[in-house]
Amino acid sequence: MRRVPLHRWLATLPGLLILLGVPFANRVHALVLGMPFLLAWIVGCVLLTSLVMAIVGRLDDRHAAAERRRDRERTS
Amino acid sequence: MNPALVVIGLFLALSFALGLLARRGRTMNLEQWTVGGRGFGALFVFLLMAGEIYTTFTFLGGSGWAYGRGAPAFYILCYGAIAYSISYFLLPVIWRYATTHQLHSQADFFVRKYGSPALGVMVSLVGVAALIPYLVLQLKGLGIIVSETSYGALSVPAAVWISVTALVVYVIISGVHGSAWTAVVKDIMILAVAVALGLYLPWRYYGGMGPMFDAIEQAKPGFLTLPAKGMSVSWFVSTVLLTSLGFYMWPHAFASTYTAKSEDVFRKNAAVMPLYQLVLLFVFLTGFAAILQVPGLVGAQADLSLLKVTKLAFPPLVVGLIGAAGLLTALVPGSMILMSACTIVAKNVCQPLLPGSSEHTIHRLARAMVPVVALVAVYFTLHGGEAIVPLLLLGYNFVTQLFPSLLLSLPERPLATSAGVMAGIATGVATVSWTSLTGTTFAKLFPSWPSVITDLNIGIVAMIANIVVLLVVSALTRKRS
Repeated sequence: MRRVPLHRWLATLPGLLILLGVPFANRVHALVLGMPFLLAWIVGCVLLTSLVMAIVGRLDDRHAAAERRRDRERTS
Repeated sequence: MNPALVVIGLFLALSFALGLLARRGRTMNLEQWTVGGRGFGALFVFLLMAGEIYTTFTFLGGSGWAYGRGAPAFYILCYGAIAYSISYFLLPVIWRYATTHQLHSQADFFVRKYGSPALGVMVSLVGVAALIPYLVLQLKGLGIIVSETSYGALSVPAAVWISVTALVVYVIISGVHGSAWTAVVKDIMILAVAVALGLYLPWRYYGGMGPMFDAIEQAKPGFLTLPAKGMSVSWFVSTVLLTSLGFYMWPHAFASTYTAKSEDVFRKNAAVMPLYQLVLLFVFLTGFAAILQVPGLVGAQADLSLLKVTKLAFPPLVVGLIGAAGLLTALVPGSMILMSACTIVAKNVCQPLLPGSSEHTIHRLARAMVPVVALVAVYFTLHGGEAIVPLLLLGYNFVTQLFPSLLLSLPERPLATSAGVMAGIATGVATVSWTSLTGTTFAKLFPSWPSVITDLNIGIVAMIANIVVLLVVSALTRKRS
């Protein structure tokens, strides 16, 4: 089995920020854009999930392309 | 008849028409009816999945919990995001296997992986057991929408009967193509309605989001954070964890991944779906806006808050449009759930028990099951007092029990045996049933333990028991073979 490419671990970041961050973000103040801090924290994590998954997708594409190139060089 | 009901009736007719149109020119075998012939691109699969995920639960349940419970409702926004990051890695693996082996249902996957038809029957029964509360909550939502927008002309039971009839007709004429097309209309409407309500109501009644939350904090101190006991941080984190693992274990969600044309679909969706999730923020804002405007809705009544505040703020015509959006958010997922439940019973429970029956017979049986399953759901809708969110949490506790077995099946040679998997699932499901039937919680079992532990979602115990039994029995049965 191939090793998990490092950049894929990035995908765990938003989940960790939710599961480990909520205990510390459990406050009303300061309001962020009018939202209680806890709600703003969660909304931020959701936005980050989208961003992070787009980045992981992009890096995966690049990684796959690089691997194909390496395979081709090895065979030629 | 008031204008609100007329608008809702028009949208119902429109969704029937879309169902009929989508069906034209296609022969309907079981594959067409359930997995759409495996030809859907990213956008369609996205809409189908969104169609299942953004349901009455979101619309009425989400606002109802924000209204009745406050901050604990935020869990609904969290688990989807985590589930989508998992889906990026999980769904392509499932899709590849399902496509290679021409699978139709979630149970097929388990049967094939573990080589055990009995396991398939078991997985199917767990799935149906979880789908029933999910269907019940859609009917509850439909009933609320129809009776509220009739301004008292229709009682809730009458509204439920009308809704269930519409649902059954819809499923029988359309199948999955109808769901996907109606999902397009529904998604546009729900987006527009939720965002408009969530922005407008706080501004209209409080002058903005900040002043609204200040007023709520003043009137109900602590409502906007997780409490120290009960639905505390422990409850929140354990519930988010459980539900995010269970997210794709729903039989209909699992099987809808089969409709994709390629695995790229899932990678794209993992980045887009979380944004779509933010619809929930606006739904919460609506529920919060209702707190000080339509006070006094307690318990399951909180599910009415969105429609009550809508009726306070808008004329009947607008209420009709909002009700129609609500109707579609129940109809699309309701039809998917009903169809899945029937296909599962016919194909994965009855067919293994009636060897030699033809595909045609099974297809007819699946269709015949539609009204039967619908009636069971009506019974529970009219005889249960649960609010929308607890119903879904119950369903989640059931389907999440499939996750460990799925995960261990993914390597080319499954890491567990079929006996182990069956024993594990049975243990998990029995624990969930026992705790929910008797109302057992950690706090009742161990009143002197610290609340960090006693507030944990009881589903965690079921999950741990499941995993332990699964591993032990697998180890024992592997040695013998």
